[in-house]
Amino acid sequence: MHEMSIALSIVDAVEAKARQEGARKVSGVDLLIGKLAGIEPESLKFCFSAAAKGTLAEDAVLVIEEPEGTGECGECGTRFPVNFYYAECPGCRSLRITIVSGEEFLIQSMTIEEEGE
Amino acid sequence: MCDTCGCSTEGGAVLRKPGQSDYHVHVNEGDHDHDHAHEEQQSHDHGHHHHEGASRKVVLEQDVLQKNNLLAERNRGYFEARNIFALNLLSSPGSGKTSLLEKIIPALQQRFPVAVIEGDQQTTNDAERIQALGVPVIQINTGSGCHLDALMVNRAMKELEMQDNSLLCIENVGNLVCPALFDLGEALKVVIISVTEGDDKPLKYPTMFHEADLCILNKIDLLPYVEFDARKCRENAMRVNHHLEWFELSAKTGEGLAALQEWVERKLVQH
Repeated sequence: MHEMSIALSIVDAVEAKARQEGARKVSGVDLLIGKLAGIEPESLKFCFSAAAKGTLAEDAVLVIEEPEGTGECGECGTRFPVNFYYAECPGCRSLRITIVSGEEFLIQSMTIEEEGE
Repeated sequence: MCDTCGCSTEGGAVLRKPGQSDYHVHVNEGDHDHDHAHEEQQSHDHGHHHHEGASRKVVLEQDVLQKNNLLAERNRGYFEARNIFALNLLSSPGSGKTSLLEKIIPALQQRFPVAVIEGDQQTTNDAERIQALGVPVIQINTGSGCHLDALMVNRAMKELEMQDNSLLCIENVGNLVCPALFDLGEALKVVIISVTEGDDKPLKYPTMFHEADLCILNKIDLLPYVEFDARKCRENAMRVNHHLEWFELSAKTGEGLAALQEWVERKLVQH
């Protein structure tokens, strides 16, 4: 259950940037978490609300985009969707698969509320 | 506080040394992030009551684990400069990480200095076992944390007397899930499983096996008594990670240890 410490690092990163930008609060955070990143989005959302208490991101809504995994066969070069690490090439049955996407784990952007004039 | 596993929001990891009950270093001491957040919060409370805010989008494109990864790279640079070969040992609780260290360190330290960082939620039991071998050791107690991170290792290595051209074994918290995501700055990740577990473990916990460089199957002396297919386990592990190096041994009887020892010695010279 590493989602708590991950939620804390998201809050840290988001707060630091929000302060830099002179934000009053953070109302939304957009994350990109590949299906193979090893993160449980539901559990992360749960932890985020706890981690963000008392920070600028307290009321922020987490929006999580979850790109599918893609594997590339080391034998025949075929690219195909994978949703786990032990994929088999649909073309040649090889197990020498390299994951080319689906391991993304990024804070893409956030929406901040600024002080009105 | 997380209800699922009790992970603390305090990040309250503590360093301890076996036999020194008064020695106690808080990993997060001097880290004022949290206080800062509160000050900001207060000033914002004062300021926001009259105004309607405008909202805008700010692009970050930042790796969530950036802070840990940057610190891990610093650790890695420190190890590199001093030619310290660092191994991150990962497994479920009870698969024999400490027993393996107890067995292999006496042989390895004939050739080069060894130091150990022990990670557990509580107690200095493992550090005491390692200290009995006469090698420098420090215990990280993660409290309710389920994994070691780069900051804990960074603080621990400053407290540990490591020599140049040496081996550093970092024994992670027993857990096949969380430690997979946290780079500590090690040269290689070593995952250990034992024959009293299931031979489908690599399929059940693929992230860990995918991240590992080396897999050790321990307790092979028990193979006649358990329903564990070592060949199938190896196949499963290779399906997840075809770059994985594989060793089978018994830390208890010493069978297969020589091959691992030779591998570590070779890597220490080459890495």
